[in-house]
Amino acid sequence: MIEVIAPGPYATVQDLGRPGYAHLGVPRSGAADEPSLRLANRLIGNPEGAAGIELTFGGARLRFTTGTWVAVTGAACPLELLRPRGTAPDDAAPGEPVPQGMCAPFWVPAGGELRTGTPETGLRTYIAVRGGLDTPVTMGSRSADSLSGLGPPPLRTGTVLPIGPTSGLPPIIVDAAPSPGLGAGVLLVLPGPREDWFVPGALTTLCAEPYEVGQDSNRVGVRMRGARLKRALDEELPSEGMVAGAVQVPPSGQPIVFLADHPPTGGYPVIAVLTPASLARAAQLRPGDRVRFRRG
Amino acid sequence: MRIRRAGEWSLLVETGSLEISHRLDTLLRADRPAGVVEIVPGPATVLVTAPGADLTRLRDRLLHLLETGSTIDAGSAVPAPPVTIPVVYDGADLDEVAALSGLSPGEVVERHTGRELVVGWLGFAPGFAYLTGLDPALRVPRLATPRTSVPAGSVAVAGPYSAVYPSASPGGWRLLGRSTTAVWDVTAEPPALLTPGTRVRFLAVGEP
Repeated sequence: MIEVIAPGPYATVQDLGRPGYAHLGVPRSGAADEPSLRLANRLIGNPEGAAGIELTFGGARLRFTTGTWVAVTGAACPLELLRPRGTAPDDAAPGEPVPQGMCAPFWVPAGGELRTGTPETGLRTYIAVRGGLDTPVTMGSRSADSLSGLGPPPLRTGTVLPIGPTSGLPPIIVDAAPSPGLGAGVLLVLPGPREDWFVPGALTTLCAEPYEVGQDSNRVGVRMRGARLKRALDEELPSEGMVAGAVQVPPSGQPIVFLADHPPTGGYPVIAVLTPASLARAAQLRPGDRVRFRRG
Repeated sequence: MRIRRAGEWSLLVETGSLEISHRLDTLLRADRPAGVVEIVPGPATVLVTAPGADLTRLRDRLLHLLETGSTIDAGSAVPAPPVTIPVVYDGADLDEVAALSGLSPGEVVERHTGRELVVGWLGFAPGFAYLTGLDPALRVPRLATPRTSVPAGSVAVAGPYSAVYPSASPGGWRLLGRSTTAVWDVTAEPPALLTPGTRVRFLAVGEP
């Protein structure tokens, strides 16, 4: 089991979410930076969709009651492991913090405590444990959905997270994976589906000057501040299905990039959609970051 | 009819009408093309998402369905009977809806129960179904200030739609009454009682 001593600013349990229910009004949810969760799971021999912890701005302290293999991916944080007395190797005194690396499996002994610092760049850090988190399943997923409230609430001090069985999992065969990095501040977009609802050149405007990431961004969407995107059609768009990565433009003209917990339908036109790789990158943008859109 | 690209993995089919959206939705669910994970009907569109699939083939398939689907006799399948939802008509806004529509509260109830409604699509919250076909006399604007919490089971109207709140949530629709029928249950499959195309009949009852 894992006992949450401190969750950091915002931490949730995430797997790959609830695909297949959008027509019932259910957001997909799941890890905002999905490739990072998948990588963390692969590193320790888990199925890629096992549930892990998604941290926002790091800052977590977790105590492990059982010895566990762990991998941490996504936004790079300083990692420290505090071993309980009697289990320290020769190079560290009992109880002294030992640094650990990102994107590499490491062993946390029973009674050990993992501390994550604050990432210098990027926003979301993923902690996977061998066996996966064995928290309750709602509609096929353990994910916490911030929009609909499905799944468990965010982690709090004292939250206990059971770990699933490890029998039958393949052995751990990777020492470390090269960190995929967060990429330059560029998001690739494919035009449409509603670019014709905007004035000619709106897509060029989107891709011209950088936008700044707003403070009110969250798992639903990244709110961009920058050049206004003007509409050519003023009529109301009938509600239609929305995809993750959609660049939706409300009447303010300031685009919102939809992330994992986006509403499954919406009534504002979508000028363009991020490529899947850029969607993961968008999930790592933090308030104040500057980012450029480019046609993919 | 036009099929628009919505990113690398999705196509947005313009159907132009809710009826064709429902027909395409039914055809796609009955014989789901490979790789399709989401089919989301809307009032004038159907969004089809198929990560990693060949979208050129999918587009051809959708065009074919749109061409042939209109000739498929919708009556060949026996339609499911309408879902009856019992309602206690004691909602906080019943009198105001009556005043806005120039009817008596009793007439509002008669008109709300007098027609079969059809689930257009779901949105706003899990299990929240937009019911179409509302008597035009009952078209009233939303509340100027939404309530911070509307109880689950509240039966409400706004604009051309009616709905049953699937769970407690903020809401700006006008409340006519309450139903004891659970329209949302995460342990059921499907978890929503009201899915797109489902026909619905409200039934006035006394205290449940």
